Amino acid sequence: MTKQIHLAAHFPGVNNTTVWADPRSRSQIEFSSFEHLARTAERGLFDFFFLAEGLRLREHKGRVHDLDVVGRPESLTVLNALAAVTERLGLAATVNATFNEPYDLARRLATLDHLSGGRAAWNVVTSSDAFTGENFRRGGFLDRADRYTRAAEFVATARELWDSWTPEGVSRPFAHRGRHFDIAGEFTVPRSPQGHPVVIQAGDSDEGREFAAATADVIFTRQSSLEAGKAFYADVKKRLAKYGRAHGDLKILPGVSVVLGDTAADAREKAAEIRRQQTSPQTALLTLEQIWGTDLSAYDPDGPLPDFDPVPESGITQGRTRRGDTVAIAEKWRALAEEKGLSIRETVIEAGGRQSFVGTPQAVAAELDAFVQADAADGFILVPHLTPGGLDDFVDRVVPLLQERGVFRTEYEGTTLRSHLGLAEPAWKG
Amino acid sequence: MLHLSAAVDQPSAHDAGSYVELARLAEHGVLDFVTLDDTFARPGPDALAVLSRVAPVTGRIGLVPTVTTTHTEPFHVQAAVATLDWVSRGRAGWRLDVSTTEGEARLFGRRHAAPAEELWREAGEVADVAARLWDSWEDDAEIRDVPTGRFIDRDKLHHVDFEGSGFSVRGPSIVPRPPQGHPVRVVDATEGHARRTAARYADVALVRVANAAQAGAVRDQLRKDAGRFGRSPDELRVLVSLLADLGDGEHAAEPGHGGGGPRQTAQGPLYRGGPVDLAELIASWHAAGAVDGFHLTPAAPRRDLERLVNGTVPLLQHRGLFRTFYPGSTLREHLGLARPANQYANAGDAS
Repeated sequence: MTKQIHLAAHFPGVNNTTVWADPRSRSQIEFSSFEHLARTAERGLFDFFFLAEGLRLREHKGRVHDLDVVGRPESLTVLNALAAVTERLGLAATVNATFNEPYDLARRLATLDHLSGGRAAWNVVTSSDAFTGENFRRGGFLDRADRYTRAAEFVATARELWDSWTPEGVSRPFAHRGRHFDIAGEFTVPRSPQGHPVVIQAGDSDEGREFAAATADVIFTRQSSLEAGKAFYADVKKRLAKYGRAHGDLKILPGVSVVLGDTAADAREKAAEIRRQQTSPQTALLTLEQIWGTDLSAYDPDGPLPDFDPVPESGITQGRTRRGDTVAIAEKWRALAEEKGLSIRETVIEAGGRQSFVGTPQAVAAELDAFVQADAADGFILVPHLTPGGLDDFVDRVVPLLQERGVFRTEYEGTTLRSHLGLAEPAWKG
Repeated sequence: MLHLSAAVDQPSAHDAGSYVELARLAEHGVLDFVTLDDTFARPGPDALAVLSRVAPVTGRIGLVPTVTTTHTEPFHVQAAVATLDWVSRGRAGWRLDVSTTEGEARLFGRRHAAPAEELWREAGEVADVAARLWDSWEDDAEIRDVPTGRFIDRDKLHHVDFEGSGFSVRGPSIVPRPPQGHPVRVVDATEGHARRTAARYADVALVRVANAAQAGAVRDQLRKDAGRFGRSPDELRVLVSLLADLGDGEHAAEPGHGGGGPRQTAQGPLYRGGPVDLAELIASWHAAGAVDGFHLTPAAPRRDLERLVNGTVPLLQHRGLFRTFYPGSTLREHLGLARPANQYANAGDAS
């Protein structure tokens, strides 16, 4: 049988990928928006619906960042509510392993798995940042190496808790003593329908890949070009054997964006317009400030780039990943602006990322298929730019074509997320 | 106005169906809210999760899970309660409780068991910081102003900079201010340390007492203490919590109940009798001004809730003591509690 594609839907996040200024854009917080997108994903027979998490609002120049969507509900609570209005769709929550404790989180995940009849997934993320720690008892931060050792021990501990009830429903005491956690007692929730909720890992670093190969069922990557995707796929799959795991035990799903048009030219035009919407004049200046590390509010977004070099290590923005070698980026951007005669805003748009798949539904379906058959991915996590209607077109126009190609399900075969993903039920380790 | 609520606790139920059924039954009886207890010390699912699952398939009933404050993160707890308010469109409550045992402490391995007094003081701080975080977004903070490119007016978001005795929180919340402003905070105020926290922070206080005179005395004290904390006593609803065993059908309450009233047991005050006598008891305690209402825990979850809804409630409605439909849509409206003003509004403290 031809390799099958897995699909997931990402609720639009709190960054400038999400276009809130579009007249079709609806609430980022009301339940109706989550319900709309989840029902769309289920109509499209997607594997799962995905929610991101942030535990501190981003700040820029010491103030809350105000240009992108700000604020969102707590993931697990929304997913429990969505379990009431969907029947088969997997429900994935991003939850931080640094600012939670295994007992409480394992219990909340097992509860979601029970209440949804076996559809729960946990995207494990870690944080090393003292800025976020200011909201928590735990405070402080972990250094980079400790983030992954804590996360690995966290997942292992959660699985011990999920295994502490026998499949027959008998509770047994557990005890875990490790570097990060020393806990004992009884778990309050019986073994859930999936045995273990699905574990997702997001991140492309070397430690992240190793962690995923050892621990995760799904890896959410950012690689979206064919060549980079193939290299990443081969690298991660190769690591599985070391942990006694088979090739199919870990699914690789890049996060991607799709723009559809009636013709190729129409799609390209729409894609350009979306990139323009994603980079408002204010966002263009802010992006520049993040690189230059200094206040540029006096600059005209439609005028030329600053002619001085960035301030290194300014710490002007908190709560998001740093941008690397800013002096080199600035040099590159100035060269680009000069070569093509671009303003600040045009440069930011030109230098920014492109949508992953742009074209007619036929072309996009063919490309997605080719990507998967070439072993650059096992499927995709689609990141729409509009809330909540951003996947309507994809589900209506691309999914049927994938089904025609014989690479996507025409109905849900099982009831659990594990069954959608083709993952075995974990053996009980009592 | 009389307020009625019921527990939907069930031993060893982890699937959604049975909870949905009980909550719908309570909604059919036009009750103010249902509670679902939670503790790390006994088997049972996460209560806030269960009531979130119930929210989309009910329309009016208030949803009040227990969420403990001892081994949990205040920031996560307030976000989850605010989110329950969003997914239920303004029907969330939160019953605060503490974890006193060493057994619970060992499940987390972060601190030892502590005396109830200390834990209830901390629960008060959690109730306090939760309200601050709910207020850390003003209601009209989201502006979507295209000309200036701003999604929010950041002058309407606030750091809370809370310093408790054992934790601190910077803020603002990640969740915009919930529909009710503050979801309803419920505290079992039977014990002394909890009573103080209830008087200061609770919207609804539950008291487990077996007669009207005692109920009235506790209510008076709670209202007086609330006043001492600078609150209006009328912002606090006091409900008597009873176990209800309506299994005896229409027979009169057991002799020895002191004129048909509840009697004290190891599990708390227990009412045993028929739904008609229960209506009589509710009406007479309420008429005496001893209580604002009742919180009933059915002895047999489905049977006794059915008898309450189909037997007791219609009698109270017939006497004009209890609503026949929900005039409002939020839990605060059911309870006759105003939507609280935002403590940071017009504070001029820019983020």
